Amino acid sequence: MKRYTIIGNGVAAIGCIEGIRGVDAQGPITVVSHERHPAYCRPLISYLLEGRADLGHMPYRDGAFYERMGCEVLSGRDAVGIDPAAREVELDDGSRVSFDALCVATGSSPFVPPFAGLATVASQHAFMTLDDALGLDAAIDATSRVLIVGAGLIGLKCAEGICGRVASITVCDLADRVLSSILDAECAALMQARLEEQGIRLMLGDSVDRFEGGLAHMKGGEDVAFDVLVLAVGVRANTALVSQAGGEVDRGIIVDNHMRTSIPGVFAAGDCAQGYDVSLGAKRVLAIMPNAYMQGHAAGVCMAGGDEVFDTGIPMNSIGFFGLHAMTAGTYEGACYEERGEGSIKRLFTEDGLLKGFILIGCDERAGIYTSLIRERTPLDSIDFEALKKAATTTAFSAERRAQMFGEAV
Amino acid sequence: MKRVYVNEQWCLACHLCEYNCAFANSGLDDMVLALKGKPIFPRIHVEGDERISYAVSCRHCDDPLCVKSCIAGALSKVDGIIRVDRERCVGCLTCVLVCPYGALAPAGDGIMQKCELCLENACDEPACVAGCPNRAIVYEERGERA
Repeated sequence: MKRYTIIGNGVAAIGCIEGIRGVDAQGPITVVSHERHPAYCRPLISYLLEGRADLGHMPYRDGAFYERMGCEVLSGRDAVGIDPAAREVELDDGSRVSFDALCVATGSSPFVPPFAGLATVASQHAFMTLDDALGLDAAIDATSRVLIVGAGLIGLKCAEGICGRVASITVCDLADRVLSSILDAECAALMQARLEEQGIRLMLGDSVDRFEGGLAHMKGGEDVAFDVLVLAVGVRANTALVSQAGGEVDRGIIVDNHMRTSIPGVFAAGDCAQGYDVSLGAKRVLAIMPNAYMQGHAAGVCMAGGDEVFDTGIPMNSIGFFGLHAMTAGTYEGACYEERGEGSIKRLFTEDGLLKGFILIGCDERAGIYTSLIRERTPLDSIDFEALKKAATTTAFSAERRAQMFGEAV
Repeated sequence: MKRVYVNEQWCLACHLCEYNCAFANSGLDDMVLALKGKPIFPRIHVEGDERISYAVSCRHCDDPLCVKSCIAGALSKVDGIIRVDRERCVGCLTCVLVCPYGALAPAGDGIMQKCELCLENACDEPACVAGCPNRAIVYEERGERA
């Protein structure tokens, strides 16, 4: 009987477990979980602070999941090494777990720049884990002045989560715009206006020079007084276990389309992995939740001896702030088709006869039709792309394609 | 399994399926009270132009990208039917971002709802099918993928 080990207990691990069990109902699965919580979706933690999700809704699967799936969860344990020759994982308590197939689903960790004086800040928080969110929840009250360093997805979701519960929120970022990883300048300006309407103060193109207790001396010259600091500068893939074991690592753990690392029997999935991005035509870290599940699932199937390829990963985000929704996908290369409405922007990027990416703000109806064109590399000359520019609609497809989509089991 | 299929050559673009869907899921037994003067958020919508039209609702895919992508664990597949737990949904719309059929849209409160083949409401069969005047929407078994 095959023995499976998974390092990590996030969404990629759940995908992996379900992938394994789709092929092999018997082989024992050991899950090494740093966090003591059952798997939950990280993006939910801002909704927890906002009160739109509660602790009971955090677990990604029901309470009987691990037992039903025949998993032993080693809770609160860390893997400290992988021995590829012996096919063993060494844990922080010195014990060893042997495996026939291993999935590294270690996720990513917050990157904390070496700010001068950071150690003098009494209340400082990351915003990655459920425990981070619970810690922040306990640290804030109606009088708190909160400084968030980082105006990306994590920092701004944190701001939304605590908005209305604290006295003030200031968000600074070295970039000259909000959400710089997914929005261009004009789209970011639209989102920035929505955030500022809520009283959130944005200091863009500026960063902290040094901290002095509850004071941030900004590079721009201003001093910002705060009670609670949230560091949301960015994340780094947790690759050390694989690199130390001799596996190939770049910004993430390099995987092929079966999620195999360069070490035989060792797979990787989720935020720690660097796999194929079909919109880029190259490998990159796609640290988004759907990707984590799908990579995990493919890894699980392949670990159990099945064959599942995941070669349709793309960066994509659906994220709203105070009722204004942004959907983005792919890469923003090539020609740009733009349409604007009252408070909305649509930008479609095409290159080599393919849709490569899009930004949709305030106009997200049926956006998945666009996403599928990127993912499936649909030649635009095979569809009525002129109609699709105006609205995402399946009428732009051929009658034969529609007959498949709506007249057959899919 | 039985699924909803459309025959686009018979669709009259009358939009009755949208009204029947909204009524069936309103929890009310009076169509006028349920729909009159209110914005409706049906789980099926008629797409098309002057040449063709057809109704689109969840395909209950074998490999549902929406379920795999849901950030809240709110979507699940039970007995072949993709269901949404509105208590868990946070309205992030990631499912809208990934559905290749454009079949999903939120309810008026921003929380997702979707076609569950009228198995979760008081109807015995999909209300869109029962009320279609030209049999352009049918509920039947067709060849399943192997």
